[in-house]
Formats: sequence, structure tokens, C-alpha cells
Amino acid sequence: MTKHFLQGNEACALGAIKAGCRFYAGYPITPSSEIMEQMARELPKVGGVFVQMEDEIGSMGAVIGATWAGAKAMTATSGPGLTLMLENIGYAIMTETPCVIVDIQRAGPSTGQATKPASGDVMQVRWGASGDYEIIALSPWSVAEMYEMTIQAFNLAETYRVPVFLLADEAVGHLRESAELKEDIDVIPRSGKSDLPPFGNPKDNNVTPMPMFGQGRKLSVTGSTHDEWGYRKTQSPEAQARSVDRFCNKIRQNADKLAPSPFPLPYGERIGEGGTDYEKYYVEDTETLVIAYGFTARSALKAVQMARANGHKVGLIRLKTLWPFPEGIFNELPKTVRKVLVPEMNQGQIVREVQRFTALPVKQYNKTNGTVITASEIAAKLNEIR
Amino acid sequence: MKLDKYIRPEVFPTPFCQGCGHGILMQAVLRAIDELSLDIDKMVFVSGIGCAAWIPSPHFAADILHTLHGRPIAYATGVKLFNPSLKVVVISGDGDLAAIGGNHLIHAARRNIELSVICANNSIYGMTGGQVAPTTPCGAKTATTPQGASEPPFDLCKLVWGAGATYIARSTVFHVRELIKYIKKALMHKGFSFIDAISPCYTQYGRRNQKVCGVTPANMVLNLKKTSVRAKAPEELFTFPTGSASGGSEKDKILLGEFSNPSLHFPLGRDSAVVTRDKNQ
Repeated sequence: MTKHFLQGNEACALGAIKAGCRFYAGYPITPSSEIMEQMARELPKVGGVFVQMEDEIGSMGAVIGATWAGAKAMTATSGPGLTLMLENIGYAIMTETPCVIVDIQRAGPSTGQATKPASGDVMQVRWGASGDYEIIALSPWSVAEMYEMTIQAFNLAETYRVPVFLLADEAVGHLRESAELKEDIDVIPRSGKSDLPPFGNPKDNNVTPMPMFGQGRKLSVTGSTHDEWGYRKTQSPEAQARSVDRFCNKIRQNADKLAPSPFPLPYGERIGEGGTDYEKYYVEDTETLVIAYGFTARSALKAVQMARANGHKVGLIRLKTLWPFPEGIFNELPKTVRKVLVPEMNQGQIVREVQRFTALPVKQYNKTNGTVITASEIAAKLNEIR
Repeated sequence: MKLDKYIRPEVFPTPFCQGCGHGILMQAVLRAIDELSLDIDKMVFVSGIGCAAWIPSPHFAADILHTLHGRPIAYATGVKLFNPSLKVVVISGDGDLAAIGGNHLIHAARRNIELSVICANNSIYGMTGGQVAPTTPCGAKTATTPQGASEPPFDLCKLVWGAGATYIARSTVFHVRELIKYIKKALMHKGFSFIDAISPCYTQYGRRNQKVCGVTPANMVLNLKKTSVRAKAPEELFTFPTGSASGGSEKDKILLGEFSNPSLHFPLGRDSAVVTRDKNQ
């Protein structure tokens, strides 16, 4: 275990290399560009390929092409760039192409404030591509987690053959702090050669190993609705239903074990109980529960600790997996919880998911001025709603 | 010559309309592969959306990547960069490559990456119902230009020449021997190669423009002979009036030939732009 002082974006690139990423295609966009620059430096050292494409559309296309040529591949961007990538991300969903997309969120809409943080893309990653599907999105809150969750994102991509989002915000991407970059981490390799159909086992509809070009398998890959061998079935209700059901069920049915996390312990001082989807802090007897993610969760933890110091029964659940939404947290809540507060750097995106799964009164605190939510702001809101 | 081995047996018949040139182009590509004795299992055929994209997908018995509208060159770039030992061929239409995918086309040409791009150019959007394309000649009637196209068309050979392609040729499905010869050269070219393969679409273009295309699909194919002019030198590309008409007309001639001028280009552009993978690792 080595301790480093580095930036979140740099840690993300190091995590990608550690996870076996050997192809990166990207387009410059603040506040994610350091990931691309780091990959341009690191990939040649490990025999990987880096290319700066003509736009984000081309970047995502090249990532998918390289993945079918056998690469573990990644790109990184921010909100406006992600918008351009979404059509190709839909293609990755349809063709079950494992890859990782890092979104370092900045204040929007549109060009907005390129260097300022936000959590405005939570729903963009969930619903941005056309059609029906389930998606996986992880939300880091520290430099160490930028490293760890990037590896986790690659592992999830390989396991379920899906594009996986690392959904960070500018504050975490540009954060500099000391971090332990764990060496002893399980990396799920690209599955080997298989004779199973490339697009789902017709017996159980399970995910089949990701094949690659150049092995004489005569693969047929298409973004049109297809059967298990990749032949277009654009008139078949059965094929269409099978496709959508598979894309949704492979994530829904595994939601509870979705994060076979190689990281049993959260980074740093372990205050809360670590789950793979979320972490709990001071929740045993809590009356007011804060649910937060990303950089906001750092402020929320501080606010909860301040409230506890004043004798108030306040706790925190930090979401690490945003999608699929870890709805199981509401099955485990202590009976003492009376209300929930969801602070977010948007006008309220995850709060609506929270409202879907609990009958408790849910309050929200939203900030969209391009600055982070501070601990004192959350503390003030906690006082107001108590 | 038996080309059956390059075709998936379960996919016949082909979906192309009567009079469509894409079947001839399909055969020209497969003949070029056969005459060169290429191992089709080490080739990847990438296509976009539209009738032309269905030339390789799903017919070719090889690895085929049927991508999104306009994006095949971006996908092909990823395939080729990660595994340079694969021969990567893009087959798509003029709308796909030159309109929605125009940015990828010019940047792949600029990189001079070793891709063979074969544009099945029918001067129209066929699959979506015959709308105007960036290659439709001025005056041509389409579903979205009922009074005649008012914008000038692209000459795709000029476009990729300007962008940095190092092998460029144009022929038609009427001149099929020549077309095969050019495709063979493109497949063996060490750099970005582009074939502007003129392939008529009677269903969407010809029937709306019968004054210039004739009243039958056969007329439209025969017109390719009448309206084609062979370039005596590559430089003729720059003085010849642009008029890429799949059906041709009196004023819209088609200039055939090879227009590459390798001396104007760096021999391997991608080495300067892209970190290529060490094959030993």
C-alpha cells in the first residue's frame, strides 16, 4: 500500500491502468481533461493505445470499436460532452459492450461554468440514451475512491457487459489530498474464448463472455434489435422484448450484489458501517437521516458530526452506487428515523428516488450556484427542519 | 469464381431493390478480397446506417460491426488502433459518411490511419425514403427538395484529398473491373484510402428524376457509362466541375480515376498523432 498526494482525476487514470484499461479515446473538456492527459502519459508505458478524437461522439465510438478488438477501454468527459456520447452509449448498451465512462460533472445546463462543481448529470446518465435500459453509476467522494471506483467500474463492466459510469463532480475530480492506492485489488479480466452465443445465453438469458474480433468467430454486431447471434430482428416482438428485458434484468436481478467490491473497507478512518452500495454513519438511533453522495457527502458527514456534538440524533447514509438506486437502505433503517434530508448540487434528482422508496417526510437542500454545499449549510438546514 | 465462402449462407436473399448498384459493389469488394487472397477472418467490416451499411452486415462471413448513423469510421479507428494486425474496411453510404459522419471522415483522412473506406455513393438517402443528400446534384428532385436541390454537392474525392487521404479513387458499378482494381489497391494501401463507388438508386433517385436518369433502372446503370469521363491525370480532379450524380446528366459528369498524390503527405501520419501499441506487449 502506497500513500500518494495527488488529484482525483489523476487517481482515476491510475485506477484505470490498474484495472487493465489499455485503450483511451477522448476529447478535451474541463474539468475532466487531466484524466486524458494522464492516460496519454501512462498508456504507452503499459503497451496501451491513446487517441485524442475529433469530438466526444468519435471518442465513444472508438472506445466501443477498441473494446470489440479486445481492449478494456475508457473515456472521460463532462456534462456537455456526455450529451454527445449518449447515442453511442446506447449502442454500447444494445451490443453489451463493456466500457467505462467517467463524467466529472460541472455546472450546467450547456456550457455553464466549466470549472465549477455540480451534480446535474445524475439523471442524464440514468435516462440520457434512448429506449429502456438499466445503468450502473458509481459516485466517489475522495481521491482514493476515484482510484478504487474506477477499478470497480471496470470490474462491473466486465461482469455484466455494460457501460459503467463513474459519476464524479468537479470538486472530487480536482480535489488534491493524500490517498492510499491499494495494490492488492482483484481485477476481473476480459473473459476468454467461448462458444456461447455473443448476446446472451438463450437457455437462461444470462450474460455470455465478451468475444473479440480477429478470432475467426465471424461476429455480427449491430445496434439494431438482434438475436443471440447478432442477426438483425427488426420486425420480431419476441426479439425486442427479449433484448430490453435482458438489459434491464441483468442489472435489476443483481442489484443487491451489484458491487462485488474489492474494497471491503472504505478509505480513511472508518466511522460508519461500510456497505458496497452505501455507507452508514451514526444511524443506529438517528432521528434525522441525511442521504448524500459525492463531494456533498463529505460536507454532510461533517455536519452530522457537528450535530452529534450538540447532542442531536442525526445520521448519514452515503450513497456509493447511484444507479441502480440502492433502495434496500430503507429496509434496514432503524425505527427511530423521523425524517430524511437530501442535500444535492442540483435542483433535486436523487431526492425523488428517495421519495419513491420511503413514506417518511423527505426534505431537500439544493444548491446550483457552482459552489459546493458546505457543512455549515447542511447544519443550518438540519436545525431548520428539526 | 466462387464467392459463396465469403457470404453467410443464412442471410439470402439480399435486401436491395431492383436496379440498385449495391449488389454489384458487394460482389466487387468480395472479388477484390478473393483476388488478393486475403484472410477474411483477419478483416473487420464496419458500416453505419442505411442501405450501403447492409452490404457487409449481415452478408459478409467475417467480423462485422454495424454501428450508428455516421459513426463507422470512429468505431473503425478504435478497432484498427487497438489491433493493427486486422484489416479494417468501412463500407457505408454518402449520407452516412459525408453528412452526419463528415467530421469522422475528414479526421480519419487527416490522421492517414490505415482504413479502407468504400463509399457507396447513390446521391440520395435511400433507406429513409429519398431525401436530399450532401452529394445530390443541383436541381435533382428528392423527397425533401420537390422543386429541385438548391445546394451544391460535395465532391467526396476532393474533400478527402484536402483532408489528407493518401489513396483516392472513383469508379462506378458499371465500370466494375476498374472498381475491383481500385478496391484492391485501397485494401493494400498503407494509409487512409477512399473509394467513391458510384452506385445508382432507381427507387428513390431515378424514378424522381426520369428526365436525366431514364425510365428504367437499366437506363440508370447505362447512363453511368455515358456520363463518366476518365481522368487523364490526378490533377484533373481540381479543375473538373463537381457533379457527383449517381444517375448523371448532361451537365453532371462523373470523373473516374485515381487521384492520390502521396508525395504531398507524410508517409505515416498516425505515427505522429497517435501512440501506437507496441506489438511485443
